[in-house]
Amino acid sequence: MTDVRVAGVGLTRFGDHPERTGRDLFGEAALRAFEDAAVDRADVEELNYGNFMGALAEHQGHQAPLMAEAAGVRCPATRYESACASAGVAVREAVRTVAAGDADVVLAGGMERMTNLPTDEVTEGLAIAADDLFEVRAGVTFPGAYALLANAYFDAYGGSREDLAHVASKNHANAVPNEYAQYRKEVSVDEAMDAPPVAEPLHLYDACPITDGASALVLVSEEYAADHDLDASVAVTGTGQGTDRMALGDREHLARTPAADDAAEAAYADAGIDADAVDVAEVHDCFTIAEVLALESLGLFEAGEGIAAAREGVTTADGDLPVNLSGGLKAKGHPVGATGGSQIAELTRLLRGDHPNSEHVPDAEVGVAHNAGGTVASAVVHVLEVAE
Amino acid sequence: MSDADASEDAAPPDREYGEWLDALADGDGFALVCPAGHGSLPPRRVCPECGSADLSRGALDETGTVETYSVVHVPSPGFADDAPYATAVVDFGPTRLTGVYREGGDAAPDPAVGDRVTVDAGERVTDGERLVVFRPADGETGSGIER
Repeated sequence: MTDVRVAGVGLTRFGDHPERTGRDLFGEAALRAFEDAAVDRADVEELNYGNFMGALAEHQGHQAPLMAEAAGVRCPATRYESACASAGVAVREAVRTVAAGDADVVLAGGMERMTNLPTDEVTEGLAIAADDLFEVRAGVTFPGAYALLANAYFDAYGGSREDLAHVASKNHANAVPNEYAQYRKEVSVDEAMDAPPVAEPLHLYDACPITDGASALVLVSEEYAADHDLDASVAVTGTGQGTDRMALGDREHLARTPAADDAAEAAYADAGIDADAVDVAEVHDCFTIAEVLALESLGLFEAGEGIAAAREGVTTADGDLPVNLSGGLKAKGHPVGATGGSQIAELTRLLRGDHPNSEHVPDAEVGVAHNAGGTVASAVVHVLEVAE
Repeated sequence: MSDADASEDAAPPDREYGEWLDALADGDGFALVCPAGHGSLPPRRVCPECGSADLSRGALDETGTVETYSVVHVPSPGFADDAPYATAVVDFGPTRLTGVYREGGDAAPDPAVGDRVTVDAGERVTDGERLVVFRPADGETGSGIER
């Protein structure tokens, strides 16, 4: 087993790029990642690429070879699909491949193109991450599913829409300085409270936007980094994945996300840390309630305690445990198949000290990334640490 | 049209789901239950919880309890004319079901956790597609299927 280093990260600006092809978006992210890494493309041994709905959005299946071309690499290339965790699982397999010594250099990331579709078609496209027979046909939309989680949480533990509005307001504030973020504007708690309902109790500002974008990471072995004198100070020290029953109604808990519990436990064990060691986190806040559930699954808060974290200032930029300093999916945007890679890119920048919000975590040494698919039937957690 | 064509036209897609909805509409709603008592929805070769291949039909409780719900305002295209509508997850004994919660008449759907409901097969307003529908159980719990 070898340590896995993040040699370089690349993102497109997240937002509206309805006229740009997916191959151009991923090509841009990969170009930036190679520039950041100073790694020779010819050394890339695998491409692990995440994408969810390309067949719907671009009428394009079999995207991995296309993305290898766009990145200028020629190597085994595979598309990974786990709904909103597509890039998370792609990165995880890259980490495992390098850690196992099967490759020294792997390019991983993902892309999603969404704004070229009308909103109702995106809603339909996202809904297919749920069980088609027993959820989608019963009227469950993607926001609707998280609304079911939110009301179950409120019933089990308490909490209110206003608590969730504090999550939205926090993440919008974090996005303001982030040059890659879709919505670089503050949203007050009152504005969030007054927004129209999407699926009660979730309103417009509880939901992430519809986003185009791509992410790319160049992951290398510790030996490769040393041999090539790379500036790769951040290591991926832990990876974990969990799976739950597909339909929310079949889960052991309606107000918790056990797949993420499992992923976190595995990632912490892999890294040899516990939750107390975490200094900063990027979590999958596709909806505000999802951030709350993530914090609890990651062991950063007890069950029922995560709901107050933003309101009480614990997870704000100047709090003890800043969460989603990138702006999160909520404000930075959520190009579904790119998000898991983007979280690792943002955490890497935060830990290296070259993120616009690094000033809030100057001494951070351990970061955790939490990426979820569907209503957390899939979950991937990574631990990043400053290695040198 | 030949007989072969006719039978093809008649063959429903997702047969096991269609048969399960038929049973629900007939008041014979069921789950597949393993010897350990885990309930699941068809089609199943094994219990998703424990892997047992010894599955048999177990009747759903006549009334269920709402465990969570949401009133959906932004629908997918298939529910365009249904919105706003309420979805709910309801415990019916051997399994939970997810469906649309409807109240009689023009009342806006207003479920709450803990409400007792019955289940039936209904139709989407938008296009007539069949779906799982919950309705408030009248009076005492366990009073039977409401139609």
